[in-house]
Order: sequence, then structure tokens, then C-alpha cells
Amino acid sequence: MAEIKRAEIKSAAIKKTKRQELDEGGMGYLQSLPRRVVTVYLPLLVFVIVLLFPFYWMTITAIKPNHEMTDYANFNPFWVVHPTFEHIRYLLFDTSYPGWLLNTIIISTAATFLSLLAAVFAAYAIERLRFSGARQVGLAIFLAYLVPPSILFIPLSVMVFNLGLYDTPFALILTYPTFLVPFCTWLLMGYFRSIPFELEECALIDGASRWQILMKIVLPLSVPGLISAGIFAFTLSWNEFIYALTFIQSSENKTVPVGVLTELVRSDVYEWGALMAGALIGSLPVVVLYSFFVEHYVSSMTGAVKE
Amino acid sequence: MAVSSAAVQPRPSILSRSLSLLADSRNALGFGFMLPAAALLLVFLTYPLGLGIWLGFTDARIGRPGIFIGIENYQYLSDDAVFWLSVFNTLLYTISASILKFALGLWLALILNQNLPFKSFFRAIVLLPWVVPTVLSAIAFWWIYDSQFSILSWALMEMGLIDHRINFLGDPENARASVIAANVWRGIPFVAITLLAGLQTIPQSLYEAATLDGASRWQLFRFVTLPLLTPIIAITMTFSVLFTFTDFQLIYVLTRGGPVNATHLMATLSFQRGISGGQLGEGAAIAVAMIPFLLAAILFSYFGLQRRKWQQGGGD
Repeated sequence: MAEIKRAEIKSAAIKKTKRQELDEGGMGYLQSLPRRVVTVYLPLLVFVIVLLFPFYWMTITAIKPNHEMTDYANFNPFWVVHPTFEHIRYLLFDTSYPGWLLNTIIISTAATFLSLLAAVFAAYAIERLRFSGARQVGLAIFLAYLVPPSILFIPLSVMVFNLGLYDTPFALILTYPTFLVPFCTWLLMGYFRSIPFELEECALIDGASRWQILMKIVLPLSVPGLISAGIFAFTLSWNEFIYALTFIQSSENKTVPVGVLTELVRSDVYEWGALMAGALIGSLPVVVLYSFFVEHYVSSMTGAVKE
Repeated sequence: MAVSSAAVQPRPSILSRSLSLLADSRNALGFGFMLPAAALLLVFLTYPLGLGIWLGFTDARIGRPGIFIGIENYQYLSDDAVFWLSVFNTLLYTISASILKFALGLWLALILNQNLPFKSFFRAIVLLPWVVPTVLSAIAFWWIYDSQFSILSWALMEMGLIDHRINFLGDPENARASVIAANVWRGIPFVAITLLAGLQTIPQSLYEAATLDGASRWQLFRFVTLPLLTPIIAITMTFSVLFTFTDFQLIYVLTRGGPVNATHLMATLSFQRGISGGQLGEGAAIAVAMIPFLLAAILFSYFGLQRRKWQQGGGD
């Protein structure tokens, strides 16, 4: 029964996307090619170049030997003549960078799991149990998402200190959910809303408890939603900066963004090669993760907006 | 069969009966399900929010709990030229960056909404600046804006457009423009992809009907696209404004508020006074001073949503 329903939902979703694809073709044929070049392709090219240039510059600097890096007279700065892995080797073996990477992975994963766990129950309760006051709670969760870390970090630093969590990973694992839980709950609420009520009613009649419904029907159907909420949460915690800067003191407990900025920048001599390599390697995990699930990313954003 | 097994079963104990009663009650179950999220948010969000407001009224320092001093922090700040400069900077930064992000983001969304080859590829790479950690891309900008070896200065000099290097982050006006440019660079993808999602919900048939009625391309945009996109524009821009207003990372990496406080935002000033300077009370007061602006932005969003209901034909 559930299998059939699931197949139906899937085929409906496929039909929907197919229709959209057809729609988007629209009236494009009314435009002539030269006009399209000027109004579409040329601006798009400029946008893509501007948006990607910093990444190109980051990469090229990371593999440039030092004597080429600042010698613009003899070497074209946009290219590299003798690529070197010296900066990356230095970063990985002579600094605490691998430790920061490990810290960031542990903290982001733990914070993501904690937030997803809390968010799944909260979203299900608000969206499906519809307890009295569910709408108000939903609104409160939305408002909680609007509270920025910039106004919370000072009181939170006092709390973290008093709780004895200062300079430990737990300081970050417990504070990241302040922005992850509202976000994930909001996203999952939208997802749960798209699952037909009839499925749950069938299960209720068959004698399933709420817990069984959540575990065996709602969660399996919302795997795509869980994945996108998970990726969003992981990316957000990977990118977080102000809490990590405030709550972590010792070098070995730092996360990548904080470590790169506070430990690799020494005195007046900037080691640009190592800095850029650090920025590049620190960006790679989220970029790779995201490129695997880019379709989820865009479609869940579309879904969230369509509500 | 059901009857016979019921007859054999012993009477359920009071405990299991009350448990099953609880499991059937939506409110009790809802409370239980909400508990983890509510506990996390109440302890680490609501309580610190209140604590922050309280700290703003004390003279707390790092390592020393403060005593209540009334509105002294705010009185001090109201005479502090640096604080007012940071308010001005924050408003300038937020307003100019948001306008640019909106205009360029909408433009990019309209381009991406066309029937393009490699459409999903373009969408994916356009999102990159938004995915990459802000601090790390800001470090790349720091290198691009370097006073001696800036690639931008070099390229412009090679093209003969300028005759000496631009001092991107050393000069107050340039520094403001530079941080705004970096913020816009990072913000365009979010605005573009969200508005793109909104554009895709507009039925093509409306454009076809308007074209048959003789609407020009500008009229199509002005009278079909824009009105139908307004609710999403309102939400997107509220988020964009909120996050720009409370920005910290970009400034902290690029200028730390300098030169001569020309790029200090309220968030960076709050960090400098509260954490680096150790004056927790004063830092908290600066952070609390941001709340009225944030409330104004949220109210704006609320009225945006109201309009959405009205557009859908009211009722609801």
C-alpha cells in the first residue's frame, strides 16, 4: 500500500518537473540570436567571470612559487609557470591545519545531527500533531531564525564561560543549533506538509502509533528533505565564524575559518600562498558535498519559496 | 480472533493505560516532540537574548559579573562619535549593498530563467560564492585588495585606465566601497537563486496572453513579472537586509573596522568593545542597539506577507 502511494507521489513529482521544463521553453523562440547574445549570453558571461574570479585567483596563488607571486614584471600574474605544491605541503605538515580540519568536521557533524534530531520531532509536531498553539510555535521558530549571532555572542560567551564549556568543542556543538534548529525545522515543515494526510490516516486505522508513523512512513518519504536540511546545516556550521572566534582560545581547538585567519596571518609578512591554500582546502569539503546534491539544493530552495 | 485474544488479555495496568492515554493526546505528544528543540532554543537562544539585554544595563567585564548601572552604557554611547559613525556605516553598508544585490540578483535571475544550454551547470556554479565559507572567500578578497600586489590595480594599470595603484583598504572611501563590493559579490547568488525559484512559479500562459494583447518586453516585466514576484522579493530582501545589517565576518577579515573606523559596523564595534576590550556591558549595549533596526526589517517582511494574502484574493 505504502509502496504504491510512494510510487504515485514520485510519478506526480516527475510529471511536475517535466511540465516545468516544458514551460520554461516558453516564448524563447520569439527572440533572434544576435539579440539573445547581447541580452543573455554576454551579461551571463560577465556574471560568471566576476563570480568565479576569486576562486580562480585563490587556486592559482595556492600553487604559485613565491618568486613568481609578486613578480608581475616577468611573469603574467594570471598564469603560473612552475606550479608547486610547496604551500600545500607546508600547510598540511608544518601547521595545525589538519587538526582544525578535523575539529571542523567533528563539530559540524555533531551540531548537524543534534539539530536534525530536534528539528524532525519539532517539525512533525507542529505540522502534523497540530497541538493547540502549534501555529504560534511555528511562528516563534521562524522568528528565532531571524535572531542573528551578532547580538547573541556576548551573552552566550558569558554562559559558555559559566558552564565551563569555554575552549571546548561542546561550546560550539551546543550553540550552533541556535541557528540550525529553526532553519531545519522550517525546511522540514515544508517537506512534511507535502506528504498526503491519507497515508497517516491509513496507518492510524491499521493501529500504528504516532512514533511508528513518523519512523516508518513520514521519515522514509522525506529523505530528500532530510538530506537537504542536513547539507544546509552542515554548510552553515562549517561556515560559522563569530562563535568559533569568541568561544575558542587554544590553537588546537580552532575551526578552519578561525584557524586560517588567526594563526596563518603572522606579523607583516603574509604568506599568501599558504593562506590561499588554506582557504581553498577549507572550501573544498562544502563545495564537493554541495556539488553532489546540487539538484536537492536548488529544488529544496524552490520548494521552500513555493510555500 | 480479536475477541478471543481480548478475553485472554489481562486488564492493562493503570500505568500503561495512562501512558496510552498520553500517546493519544495530541497536546501531550506535541509537548514531548517539541521538547528537544524547545529546550535547545530556550537555553541557548531565548535566555541569552534576555541576558544580553540585562548585560547592556550593567558594567560587566570579562571575568567580573557587573552590577546594574541603569542606562549609563547608552548615555555613554550617545556621546560616542565612534558609535554614531558605526551606525552610519552600518546603514550605508546595508542600504547600498542591498540595493546592488537586489538589482544584480534580479538581473541574474532573469538571465538564468531563460532557456539556456547547460542551465543546471550555470545555476550550480553561480551558487558557489554563497556556499564557500565567507571568511575564506574574504581572505581571497583581502589578497585581491592588497595594497602592493592587487591584481585589480595591476590589470587596470596594464589596460592604461589608471596610472597608480589603488589603495583599496587604506583609504576610508575606497575601503567602504571595497567591503560593499565584496559583500555584494557574496550576496548575489542567494538573491538570484531565490528569485529564480520565484520566477519559475509564474505561469508562462500569462506572458503569452500579455504578448497577444500587445505588451512590450518592458510591460511584460513591469505588469506581469514584478507584481507576481513581489512577495518573494519582500521575503528575500528582508533576509538579505537582516544578514547584511548584522554582518561581522567580512569586515573582521578585510579591515577590522579601519581605516580610522571608516568601516566599523555595529557588530564589529560590539565585538571590539565587548570581547577584545573586555567591556561586556558596553558591547552588549551596542548589540542591543541593533534590535530596533532588526524589528523594523521584520515588520517590513510581515507586511510583505500580508500583501501576499491580498494578492491571492484575501480571505485566509
